Amino acid sequence: MDLTLHVWRQNGPEDSGKLETYKAANVSPDQSFLEMLDEVNDDLIKKGDDPIAFDHDCREGICGMCSQVINGRPHGQQEQTTVCQLHMREFNDGDEIFIEPWRARAFPIHKDLIVDRTALDVVMQAGGYTSCHTGGIADGNALLVGKPVADYAMDAAECIGCGACVAACPNSSAMLFTSAKVAQLAVLPQGKPEAKRRVKAMTEAILSEGFGNCTNHYECEAACPKGISVKFIAKLNREYLKSMIPSSTE
Amino acid sequence: MNLLTNTVGKKILMAVTGLLLIAFITVHLIGNLSVFAGADSINAYAKALHDLGPLVWLFRLGMVALFAIHITFGIQLYMENKAATPDPYAIEKTLVTSFSAKTMIFTGLIILAFLLYHLLHFTLQVTNPSISAVNLPLDAASRLDVYSMMVFSFQKVFISLIYIVAMIALLLHLAHGISSWVQTFGLSTGPSQDKVISIGKVLAIVYGLAYIAIPLFILARIVN
Repeated sequence: MDLTLHVWRQNGPEDSGKLETYKAANVSPDQSFLEMLDEVNDDLIKKGDDPIAFDHDCREGICGMCSQVINGRPHGQQEQTTVCQLHMREFNDGDEIFIEPWRARAFPIHKDLIVDRTALDVVMQAGGYTSCHTGGIADGNALLVGKPVADYAMDAAECIGCGACVAACPNSSAMLFTSAKVAQLAVLPQGKPEAKRRVKAMTEAILSEGFGNCTNHYECEAACPKGISVKFIAKLNREYLKSMIPSSTE
Repeated sequence: MNLLTNTVGKKILMAVTGLLLIAFITVHLIGNLSVFAGADSINAYAKALHDLGPLVWLFRLGMVALFAIHITFGIQLYMENKAATPDPYAIEKTLVTSFSAKTMIFTGLIILAFLLYHLLHFTLQVTNPSISAVNLPLDAASRLDVYSMMVFSFQKVFISLIYIVAMIALLLHLAHGISSWVQTFGLSTGPSQDKVISIGKVLAIVYGLAYIAIPLFILARIVN
């Protein structure tokens, strides 16, 4: 199939950037979206043009690198799918496709479709960890975790930190990302001791890193390639309310 | 931790004040609907409220505080979120959010403008002095004739229109607000989410239509 691509080209964070139009000819329906872009880039390189810069790594849907807004939707129109797992069979011959980077103040554009997602790392560094001695490996089943709790934590841990929630949010808020981390650690025995400090520190980092506030639009959940539920945001709110109650050891 | 600066803290303040304001409009609505029970009913209600004396002022101060917090943080959230959001996408697509969620700041400001007018109209009674209760003859039980003031006011198309437009804004504001506080207090569990959103919208329509009924029925001369 033949496609017309409108791709965001921007030389650096200071550049204003604009949409450029390219033709993608003889695209196979079995190609992934990134493979289609690889071929477009091959043509550009052969012509001596600057190839389209885009992030990618694992190409199996788990690394969270491919940050592209395709026709107005982060990771494209297929639900719960990253760009690398989006295949060209989802498109039709003659389609016009708009490809843009994540747009948020907290994510400055490096080049073209590549954004700097350091802000998410800063939110993680604020509290997305447990402080524990890492000596010998603990005995199996020494620390008992109930199945429903393990499932709940696992659902939250599915977050790959791609930033689609931020890209989809009308307020560019990182609340879904933050809530997945807070919720995952808050229910597990390893994370519980630091739950109060964690929720305070991570939510403080949201605004200081330039993300917006969550106003319950729920666009994040709809855009998430891993289907992270906004119930984790409710959990974060609950954790925050709990953190306001002083405990006897504080 | 500071409730006033933390992103979740501000959200909780919006939810707490929002919920109390919903409680207020519920009581206010029930009181106002007594207009349908006739002049005696609403005039007695108005007198009972006035006779509370200092309590009225305590209540008013509380209302000013609630509105001040809700409006200040609402505007601040809007400004911060605007600042966090750069140029729009070439193709803007939203999947699940609603018109009411996207227009909270605008419907909120319309309600604020209306609130000021509403106070000038019915509380201070300065916008239409000729048909204000303070200038109308007292009713048979020598109470202020609030009923006549309402009827004479809403018989004017312009005044009714202001109230109806404002109540549509309130309906839209509540359509997002009612379900939103459930999430903000951390009460949503996932499966219940859709139901909560639907119930919130239905309740918003009930509030909106009930409030609109008052000027509309008077304008249509069903109540006179």
